[in-house]
Amino acid sequence: MPQGIRDKVAILGMGCSKFGERWDAGPDDLMVEAYLEAMQDAGIEPTQLDAAWFSTHIDEIGTGKGGTPLSIALRLPNIAVTRVENFCASGSEAFRGAVYAVAAGAADIALAVGVEKLKDTGYGGLPVANPGTLNPQVMPNGSAPGNFAQLASAYRAKHGVSKDDLKRAIAHVSVKSHANGAKNPKAHLRKPITAEQALAAPIIAEPLGLFDCCGVSDGAAAAIVTTPEIARSLGKHDLVTVKALQLSVSNGYESQYNGWDGSHVHTARIAAGKAYREAGIERPREQISMMEVHDCFSITELVTMEDLFISPEGQGWRDVLDGFYDADGGVPCQIDGGLKCFGHPIGASGLRMLYEMYLQLQGRAGERQLVNPVFGMTHNLGGAPASNVCSVAIIGQEGA
Amino acid sequence: MAGIAAWGAYAPRLRLSRKAVTQANAWVAPNLKAKGKGERSMANWDEDALTMAVEAARDALGPDDDRSHIDSLYFASTTAPFADRLNAGIVSAALTLEKSIAASDVTGSQRCGLTALGQALSAGGASLVAVGEHRKARAASAQELDFGDGAAAFVISDEPGAAELLGRGSVTDDFVDHFRGDDGGFDYYWEERWIRDEGIVKLVPPAIQRALEVADLSPDQVDYFCFPSTFSGMAAALAKAVGIRPEAVRDNLAAVMGEAGCAHGPIMLAHALEEAKAGETILVAQFGQGAEALMFRATGAGQRAARGVTGSLAEREVETNYLKFLTFNGLIEWDKGMRAEKDNKTALTTLYRNEDMILGLVGGRCRETGVVQFPRTRISVAPNNPAVDTQEPYRFAERRANVLSYSADYLTFSMVPPNHYGMIVFEGGGRIMMDITDVAPGDVETGLPVRMVFRIKEVDEKRGFVRYFWKAAPDRAAIASQSAQAAE
Repeated sequence: MPQGIRDKVAILGMGCSKFGERWDAGPDDLMVEAYLEAMQDAGIEPTQLDAAWFSTHIDEIGTGKGGTPLSIALRLPNIAVTRVENFCASGSEAFRGAVYAVAAGAADIALAVGVEKLKDTGYGGLPVANPGTLNPQVMPNGSAPGNFAQLASAYRAKHGVSKDDLKRAIAHVSVKSHANGAKNPKAHLRKPITAEQALAAPIIAEPLGLFDCCGVSDGAAAAIVTTPEIARSLGKHDLVTVKALQLSVSNGYESQYNGWDGSHVHTARIAAGKAYREAGIERPREQISMMEVHDCFSITELVTMEDLFISPEGQGWRDVLDGFYDADGGVPCQIDGGLKCFGHPIGASGLRMLYEMYLQLQGRAGERQLVNPVFGMTHNLGGAPASNVCSVAIIGQEGA
Repeated sequence: MAGIAAWGAYAPRLRLSRKAVTQANAWVAPNLKAKGKGERSMANWDEDALTMAVEAARDALGPDDDRSHIDSLYFASTTAPFADRLNAGIVSAALTLEKSIAASDVTGSQRCGLTALGQALSAGGASLVAVGEHRKARAASAQELDFGDGAAAFVISDEPGAAELLGRGSVTDDFVDHFRGDDGGFDYYWEERWIRDEGIVKLVPPAIQRALEVADLSPDQVDYFCFPSTFSGMAAALAKAVGIRPEAVRDNLAAVMGEAGCAHGPIMLAHALEEAKAGETILVAQFGQGAEALMFRATGAGQRAARGVTGSLAEREVETNYLKFLTFNGLIEWDKGMRAEKDNKTALTTLYRNEDMILGLVGGRCRETGVVQFPRTRISVAPNNPAVDTQEPYRFAERRANVLSYSADYLTFSMVPPNHYGMIVFEGGGRIMMDITDVAPGDVETGLPVRMVFRIKEVDEKRGFVRYFWKAAPDRAAIASQSAQAAE
């Protein structure tokens, strides 16, 4: 087991644009908005940045390929910019690159910026992705909700949960996130909803209705990381440090081998197990103060509660209905509204999750502030349940 | 003497109610009201002459993976998807026939199905004849009501098999009762009375008489007379003209499926084979720029089709939505939405490199661990033994399977929303995330037994290319037997 990242890297500053249907802003504007906030928070000059990582998923309608869009938008001082793409977990990849560069000593201060400009497609939902030349000849003509909805059918079958019970549980997932998002001025969707509204919404992909699907949003988020020593030398105290950064990637086991039952996300369990070991966490249900998970769809959040070993297998739906993940529950989840309501500009989402955990750990979350959080966990999933990349990160108070 | 070793048939599950059509068109075509009876078979949007022929061929060949005994293939259709690409080559790849077979497309006339059959029987050797037809007709036309979609297939051998060929007769004459140009459009018909009196009545009998003569049989010795025609009473009139007993005239299935063009003679032959007893004689003939007639004697032996015409007709779902029929047949310009704008250009290099995977649904089996997977890869998927270069080709098309997970997706573009797809798990190992076809909302659940069907995956309208792949469809026989077991 490698010694890991725990407490080697501190977050110096973070920023996040307003998410939503930003008809007024292009990807450059969004990146600048997040970057300026992060730089102000860090209190440094651009010349102090040694390297940058830049995440964006859909280059066809966004910035285009390469590292230049970030460097030009921010007028970076000709430093290294690496563009990363790993489905919806791209933002976590940008963060991982920057953190690893600092931990390796290759950079004293590194920048991670994620952006996605989705509302230039002309229709609702995510754009149709370019799948290469072989996939479209064999893979179903599907969509993100259709892929994730399949978790529901397999979960019901495995755990003997009725259609109605599971539908009620996933409705509560969304009701809770809308309640949280209503308190977040940067969130895309800020109206509370009722369970009745969620249950009565039009079906997008059986059994997911409109309110089971996250917002399709424009936005950007940024992080600046350094060593705890440099952070202190810059006058920072009560540092938020990185405790764990894990990424698990499907190798075809779920989609080609008859082992996986389709009711959970295989890689999430692997990434979570490794992250807890890296962070030294033994009892996650008690020790994790709060989390931001990849609630692209309500059913994804529900099975994730089990995949992260917070709820026992087959019991996640009960914990959800019991309010365990509500703002006043045992482990508040999506306290900023999550992908559901804060929004899901793909390349920015992993960084947006970290942004909320960072604000909470610093006591700067305003109306949403939780009491004395110690560990914040983010779970950022890209792809589909049968084939995906799953990032699990834990940040927390230095020394915790 | 050569004969038919086995036969198979296919009619698409959907049956369009003719009343639904005549009622919708009553304002413009009140003359068609009398035709508003019964139903016609209606291909799903993802079926064409070729996919239906593949289904019929699978019925004839049976579920055995080893098809190496077939040494030549004839695919007959006047509605083949490609004018210049060997359609039989696609059929061959779908059926995983040997690369060394001879293959040809037989086309150009309504009798081409029987012509292909006659050629195969004359050529000798073990061959497969697959005939499929999916004709387009203008909205509010008589053809729209008369036509049906379907296919039949025959395994031919040098042995008599299920039916022995006794004689063949042909007439070739450029009598143009109708034609269709190379613009892929619609048939253009001449007057019915002329077609009947000057065409069928004069050109078909010599072919029949020649077949009887070769068979050394008199007309009254014909036990089953199969002659497709959309003119009512035509087969009976023809039988009377040549001296065939009226009771030998077979039902042309007009009421239950319509007429499937060049496949219809073959379908009627398959239907007769399903009923013929040892020693009984079957005469099948079809009209088209002359005629083709084939005379058989049933042996009572050979392999019976698992589904056949009888089974195909029994598996039906009545469709009363005429607009759906028009949409499936490209007769309506409808709003598919922006999600349908994606470019369906097919990389032909990729297609050829993965030919057995895409067209034949062939995956791999690790010769060390026995682990089965799709697709075949250099490094095995087995989690505990990722052996390298141990995969042997493994066919999935005839394996039984069931649904592990699924969704009914209203967001993605589909010709029949919601698009159903899911993870399909195969008995014997392996799984594939694939489209599920021939289903309506509520039909699919985890555990549903499914079978593989060869279907249109995508149509590249910009370039005129059709992409094929396999899909899962409910295995209604397995579902019925499950319900029967549950009831016990």
